[in-house]
Amino acid sequence: MINEIFLMNGYGIYVWSAFAFTIFNFVLLYFIIQIQYIKEKNKFVSKFGTLNSKRAAFAKSQSINKEILSNTSSI
Amino acid sequence: MFKYFEPNRIFSITSKAPKYVLFLFVIVFSIGLTESLILSPEDYKQSHSVRIMYVHVPAAWISLGIFSVITFLSIIGYIFKIRNFFLISKSLAPSGLVFNIIALVTGSIWGKPTWGTWWAWDARITSMLILVLFYIMYLIAWRIYENDTKVFKITSIITILGIVNVPIIKYSVDWWNTLHQPASINILSKSSIHVSMLYPLLIMTAAFALFSLLIFLMKYNTELIKIKNKGLDRL
Repeated sequence: MINEIFLMNGYGIYVWSAFAFTIFNFVLLYFIIQIQYIKEKNKFVSKFGTLNSKRAAFAKSQSINKEILSNTSSI
Repeated sequence: MFKYFEPNRIFSITSKAPKYVLFLFVIVFSIGLTESLILSPEDYKQSHSVRIMYVHVPAAWISLGIFSVITFLSIIGYIFKIRNFFLISKSLAPSGLVFNIIALVTGSIWGKPTWGTWWAWDARITSMLILVLFYIMYLIAWRIYENDTKVFKITSIITILGIVNVPIIKYSVDWWNTLHQPASINILSKSSIHVSMLYPLLIMTAAFALFSLLIFLMKYNTELIKIKNKGLDRL
């Protein structure tokens, strides 16, 4: 049974490599996009930290900025 | 109606959605893998190599679908000057490109045991390769041009030119004598594929669609934060 799943009458190398390539691309794309997201978010948080209190209050009045700051966990 | 697509309105949803989509994707993909690698039967002609279909076909469908959506949004966005439609298009493109590459590579792997060759310049393979080039041109245009008006115009032109290729991909197997078999699944008429193979195919298609939704949401959130970063610079 296990042998059949892996070898697949000699087609195993083709089938498994096709699935492995797909999963590898999924994982790679996911981490690339996540790194980009974390980088932009950290940039936003550090920029926000440099604002004076008046500008910070104005920026925080926008709901989307509030949402970015409140959502500190990664995806 | 378009006010519902304003980033400020939808960010609260798009920022929370990825974790739920990821959870759903893992479940559907696990079921799809079990069905396609273990439970589905082997083909009487192609034996186990037919299992490659379960990644090759959904990847090709999704890459074609994403390019069509990108074109539609770019045209509507350009006509009605809706910036957010361009952001959505830009966020869809990376997963579209990756699915296109997956379709080409898995097709090549499938070709070796089936046709005896890794690559052939037949109509469908060549037109899929051309689609990859359009995806790359589209993404490069976003990197090169910083002026919004210019990048909206150029990406719209690229998608309009690229969309001509989509019906060629779809009907190439009917118009020309190619190595590819004609479509086995028809929405309007009876499909020639057996139900025991159709179910895993549909489950894998759903999993791939969920993955592209996940990548889209993550990329879209990144793009919105990028805009907000520029906004903080101007304060």
